[in-house]
Amino acid sequence: MSAAPIRIFVPVDAAALSVGAEAVAEAVIREAAARGLAVEIVRNGSRGMLWLEPLVEVETPEGRIAYGPVAAKDVASLFEAGFAAGGAHGLRLGKTDELTWMKRQQRLTFERVGIIDPLSIADYRAHGGFAGLEKALSLTGNEIVQTIKASGLRGRGGAGFPTGIKWQTVLDAKAEQKYIVCNADEGDSGTFADRMLFEGDPYLTIEGMAIAAVAVGATRGYIYLRSEYPHAHRTLQRAILKAEAAGLIGASVMGTEHAFHLQVRLGAGAYICGEETSLLESLEGKRAIVRAKPPLPALQGLFGKPTIVNNVLSFAAVPWILDHGAQAYADYGMGRSRGTLPVQLGGNVRRGGLIELAFGISLREIIEEMGGGTLSGRPIRAVQVGGPLGAYLTAEQLDVQMDYEALAAMRAMLGHGGIVVFDDTVDMARQARFAFAFCAKESCGKCTPCRIGATRGVEVMDRIIAGTERPKNIAVLRDLAKLMTDASLCAMGGLTPMPVMSALNHFPEDFDRPPLPLAAE
Amino acid sequence: MAGYPAWDQDSARTIIAGLAHLEGATLPMLHALQDEFGYVDPQAVPLIAEALNLSRAEVHGAISFYHDFKTAPQPARLVKLCRAEACQSLGCEKVVAELAAEHGIVVDGGPSGDALVETVYCLGNCALGPSALVDGELIGRVDAARIAGLCQHGRA
Repeated sequence: MSAAPIRIFVPVDAAALSVGAEAVAEAVIREAAARGLAVEIVRNGSRGMLWLEPLVEVETPEGRIAYGPVAAKDVASLFEAGFAAGGAHGLRLGKTDELTWMKRQQRLTFERVGIIDPLSIADYRAHGGFAGLEKALSLTGNEIVQTIKASGLRGRGGAGFPTGIKWQTVLDAKAEQKYIVCNADEGDSGTFADRMLFEGDPYLTIEGMAIAAVAVGATRGYIYLRSEYPHAHRTLQRAILKAEAAGLIGASVMGTEHAFHLQVRLGAGAYICGEETSLLESLEGKRAIVRAKPPLPALQGLFGKPTIVNNVLSFAAVPWILDHGAQAYADYGMGRSRGTLPVQLGGNVRRGGLIELAFGISLREIIEEMGGGTLSGRPIRAVQVGGPLGAYLTAEQLDVQMDYEALAAMRAMLGHGGIVVFDDTVDMARQARFAFAFCAKESCGKCTPCRIGATRGVEVMDRIIAGTERPKNIAVLRDLAKLMTDASLCAMGGLTPMPVMSALNHFPEDFDRPPLPLAAE
Repeated sequence: MAGYPAWDQDSARTIIAGLAHLEGATLPMLHALQDEFGYVDPQAVPLIAEALNLSRAEVHGAISFYHDFKTAPQPARLVKLCRAEACQSLGCEKVVAELAAEHGIVVDGGPSGDALVETVYCLGNCALGPSALVDGELIGRVDAARIAGLCQHGRA
């Protein structure tokens, strides 16, 4: 009589791999073989407790027990301590689901990430996968769109536009060909939710896109993925092939008359491709130059056809909404921010990672209670929310709630939900200079305020840092920021002043220091 | 040029032909050529232009717009060091300075031996920075010594 193999979970998430998960997986296989133990290694996604990676879990009758952070050299001692049965060890953290970090969350989009085998369709289905698509296939396109509208879902890419209204526009457009495009060019520093979702639960976004396709009558779709994510690229490609082979997408979506052909397209290292019209130009094979709007992509998008362009997290929210109903989703959140937000906590923080919560938790709770303050142990000085185009906030401003409107009211933005923590060694004048330098490097060049303004901004910041006519140059800086905000064609030039002005307004002392040597660039 | 065959017009033409049926095939072609040869030779421009009925300027324009595409053979090892805000808050600029001062490796300064270290803005490893992508493998909590070691290793 042979016992069922013990299931051991070692993440294949890129962040876990970046700190040694592959060597841990190999060590687990080796040590189990040496002891004659029958084990099944599941390469799962990350639970999002990134400071504990590689986080190894063992399935026991009481539930999954977590150990971490595990180094390959710890594996022999773990087996000696009987970890295959959940035994005591210095790295034992307890039941994964009962860890404070996990219990505090409200995971809807990330409910399966870290739990399932990412590429197993059977595992996905066993955990509720494809129930949303099945439901959608029993509804009319209009009923699906009304459900999305009623859920209150807003685009999770940053702008926060109501998803249902975008879908309605595409549904109502008349065309022989419509497209579904997933914006997976998650280029903002401090964001990694898309990557974790693709690596930990790739079928979810595929399912969300298929629902969109069924809703509006689109037969082709593209996931535009940034090239900086090679691990996610491999997982997505395999997932799409498996989903096609299983008849879930392709010529017939789950055996119905709907066709939905999906491909992943790789970007080539251009931040601007996160802007939806640049992304469409890039998908068409061109330089990723921003388009003027109107026409809206919903009416004239990819190859001039009606196109839904949504962020990964927007599509990924859709299957849950279809499965559980619009009201169940809308019951989460606050004000006009409904549902949940995957918050990504990074930078100089003790416990960084992914937290999915209903809108409304304060930044302070996230950074201090969940994040445990800075990694360096020094005081928090600045926190940037919403990526490189988001504002820097001070330690005194952290009681703001994570909500589109609450952040906008303090001239900040939620963006894609990324939070980057800085300690008191940060020089905010240098951060302001960096914002311009980044814009100058990544601008598509179409509009003058962004193309020229960013370069002039670097020069003005250099003069301020060097101590040259500071009051005059700060006046020029404010003028330049206003011009870029008012006159840029897209958010790249229009929002670059946000980190700059927040740095100047909240940290004026850094703009009035004894002159420092210029950056070596 | 470890691992990559020399540029070959015929195999380039075959790669291009194999992708010409795709909608918006330019980027997939450029990626496929770079995957095969390690860079996109300027000789590819007319081949792609012809296959897709584009002008040479349009193809050249696409190649030059994107940071990823290289138009000359590259060193054996490519290190992309993240210098975006999250990695800045964890000292990536100190790594850049130490690479230059202690190891003679200038980031974005061309090949150092058989390795090239260049800047990238965000690798999605923002809670475990500073981060680098070394020949496609992500490394967290890096320091200058580790990157310098990897560059040495690339000289095999």
